[in-house]
Parts: sequence; C-alpha cells; structure tokens
Amino acid sequence: MGLQESLASGKFVMTSEIGPPKGTNIEEMMADAELLRGRVDGINVTDLQSSVMRLGSMAVCHLLKEKGLEPILQVTCRDRNRLGLQADLLSASVLGIKNVLALTGDYASLGDHPQAKPVFDLDSVSLIGVIKKLEAGTDMVGNPLHGAPKFFVGAVVNPGGNPVEAQILKMEKKIKAGASFFQTQAVYDIGAFEKFIKQVAPFKVPVLAGIILLKSAGMARFMNKNVAGVFVPEPLIQRMAKAEDRVKTSIEIAAELIRELKNMCQGIHIMPIGWESKVPAVLDATKL
Amino acid sequence: MLLSQQKPLEEILKSLEGENNIFILGCNGCAEASGTGGKPQVLEMKETLEKAGKKITGFTIIDFLCQKALVQSRLRGKAKAVTAADSLLAMTCGVGVQAVAAVSGKITHPACNTISLGGMRGEWKGSERCRECGDCVLDLTGGICPLTACSKFLLNGACGGTTKEGKCEVDSEMDCGWLLIYERLTKLGRLEKLRQIYEPKDQSKMLPPKGLRLTARWALEQGK
Repeated sequence: MGLQESLASGKFVMTSEIGPPKGTNIEEMMADAELLRGRVDGINVTDLQSSVMRLGSMAVCHLLKEKGLEPILQVTCRDRNRLGLQADLLSASVLGIKNVLALTGDYASLGDHPQAKPVFDLDSVSLIGVIKKLEAGTDMVGNPLHGAPKFFVGAVVNPGGNPVEAQILKMEKKIKAGASFFQTQAVYDIGAFEKFIKQVAPFKVPVLAGIILLKSAGMARFMNKNVAGVFVPEPLIQRMAKAEDRVKTSIEIAAELIRELKNMCQGIHIMPIGWESKVPAVLDATKL
Repeated sequence: MLLSQQKPLEEILKSLEGENNIFILGCNGCAEASGTGGKPQVLEMKETLEKAGKKITGFTIIDFLCQKALVQSRLRGKAKAVTAADSLLAMTCGVGVQAVAAVSGKITHPACNTISLGGMRGEWKGSERCRECGDCVLDLTGGICPLTACSKFLLNGACGGTTKEGKCEVDSEMDCGWLLIYERLTKLGRLEKLRQIYEPKDQSKMLPPKGLRLTARWALEQGK
C-alpha cells in the first residue's frame, strides 16, 4: 500500500526518514532502510539536509523503490532554480517516485558550503503550485508536456512557529496550492501541539506529528536554544540527564509522546538523525 | 541614485481598491530625476485618481522620502490630511516606500517599480534596502521588502526558522523579515494579504529594462 492509500485508509500512519551519506558508500544507509521494511508507511529521503553536500535524494529514492520500499522525495528550493526543479520532478516521476515533500530548505550558510549562492527562485508554496501544473500537463509557464507526472504532494509546518498563526496562514496557502498531507517539526510539548492541531482541524488535511529522538540532555538544551520552534520541556530534559541508559530512556520518551499524539493527529513522522537503527525499537515500544 | 518607473495605472488602482481617501507623497530626490515622483507627476496622479473617483486628502513632496526623520516631521505638518486618508501612495523608490510605511503607521502603496541603481547611490543610512527588482511587492507586505528583509527572499511567508526572539535562524542579529511583515499587517488590520499566494517573481525584470539601455545616457556611460 502506498503512502496515499495508507492515509486514505484512515489507519494511524508512520513515516520515518533516512539521510543519504556524504559519499558513495550506501551500505549502512540501505541497511537502515531495510530495518524500516514493513514497519512504516513511507520513508523520507532528505535533500542535502542541513545544507551539507552529499548524495542526492532522488537516486536514493530510486534505490528504495527498486527494493519495494515507499520513498518520499524531499525537494527543497535552496539549490535549484525553476528549470532545475521542474526537470528533477519529471526525472523523479519516470523513476517511479510518487511521494514528494516540498520544502523551502535550510539556508546555505548553515551547512558545509557557506560560500554557496542560495537559489530560492521558488518557495515551498510556489513549488507545490508548480507540481500541480506539471500534473495538469504543462510546465509552470503553460507549455504542454509530452506526458505528465502524477505525484502525492506533502508539505511541512512548524507547530512551534513564532507566531504559530503565521505558520497556519502559510499552511493554508500550501493546502490551497495543492498539499495533501503535512509533516511537522519535532513535537515535545503536547499541550502546545494540541492547541495547534485544534486550529488546523478545519482544514481536514492529514498531519503527521514530528518526533526527533532525544540523544542526550545536552541535545535537548541545544535544540531549545538553537532550533526555531522546538521546545523540549524541562522534565524531559531531566529524565535524559538522569538516565542510566540514554537509548532506553530516549525510546521510552518517544513512545510516550507517540501514544499521547495518537488521538490528536493522523500519524507520526520519526526523524532519527543518526539513530536510524533505533526506530524499530521505538515502534515496538509504542505498542500501537 | 535609484531609478524608478511608474507602475501601470491599472496595478495602482487595483492596490487602492476599497480605499477612497488617498494621500500622495512625492520625492524631490531620485524619483524626481526619474520623472516618477516630482511635482508634475504628483499633480498628474492627483488628477488621474480624482477622475477614477478617489478623494485626495492632500499631498506633499519631500526631499528625500528615504530620510525617515524628515518624512516624519513633514507628515506631522500634514497630520489632518494624512489622518483623513485610508492609505498613502508613495511615488518613489522601494527605499522611500519602506521609509514612509515605517514612520507613517498607515497602509502605504508603492506607485513605482525600482529598476536600477542608475550609477550613483544617494546619501541614506536607514535600515531599508531595495533590490531594484523592477516589480515592487511592497503593496502586499505592509511596506517591508521581503526580498531584502528575508534571508531566503521568500514571497509566501516565513519559513519555520523564526526564533523565539523573533530573529532569523540564519543570523541571530537579524530580525525575521516575515515576522516584521506579519506584525505590520496585523497592526494595519490587513492580515488577509498573507492569504494571497504570490506567484514566483519574474526574475528577468531584475535586468535593466530595454528602454533604459537605449537611452543616450546609458550609451555615454558605456563609453559609446
């Protein structure tokens, strides 16, 4: 069952993600992807995450597809102009890639090539609009295509945005442009997420709440200080600080969050950020 | 100098839709030299708008609209006419529009597209910047330019990177431009502008227009 069908079936959907390596050795990444077989409904493949140059998302999505897994191609506006983005979308389509997550993308200076010229010719909203035009059989300026692609288009939203109302306005625009599902920035503050999800409930678009596995108290504090829209409440930081087995505590926390979020949204998106191998244990611990 | 061109009248009238009382600002600096915001253009605009059914509550021509302190003091002198206006129409470059919007507290519409630096920079030390994009969007953003105030030059609202302190995650010293736009539009009661989807910009307008490249002055500057 594809991601679109999973969401349509009304089941509680699980997605996770893998980050392509810096280089051509894909052994570990493919092994991580294998661990997710039969456990998740879709696997995001990040597009030069954190603006670090590495193996591209499209090739990896193709490899996953060949193995019978369900990839979600992340496409950012940071590195390609409107010509490059449209061409890559057509390329993804002929490689059998159906799910696309449209993002603006991190700024180039945050990564390992801060000297790069950032593109941002399109933004997340206009990119979604362009995908819809390609599906309708023309490029973005109206020239007919010889064969049109078909995608299942998702987008992202930050429930901890400052202010969240501005994020919600943008979310509405993404829906208007054609987004069919959302994955969110990491959620640790259930109360804040509940308020957000009530505000977006009228949109009737599936939302998968983001979960980032906490690796340490230090990581939680770092995110609170440096990652916009992420807030890890102090009790969770304390649990990580006092944990004898940090992996075990991290998995417990993730599983608890997932169980609490289950009744609020349509699914979960787990971002393991290096702890890909722990995802099956998180899924086991949630006992969904 | 910032060279500007008047926007098509149709676009100006569309931006003024629903607003009947307008105050016009002209600029005796670059806009006068561009033939877009000097006295003749301001008077012509007044007449054109009146023909279109608008009431002009007043007008002023300031040298230079990019000087915020000057604009503020001059508008104070015209307080009655400014207060009576639903919105302001600034016949000037992108910097001037932003300066007026910043100090007036009123909805400020751009009457011009800024197309080029034209060879000389004016004396100006404010925080507003203009990218001379040739297709001014300040009308939709409360008079704050998203091309210069947002690290990613986004047109459809903030990315997820606004920090708790309201700064840009790219640079902790820099305010999030889209948060400023959101706050400005909230204050002006115009948040509905953020529901509108901006189409991608026509980047070819960034190039100096052909009309400019055909002028004698352009040729002189090229040493032809």
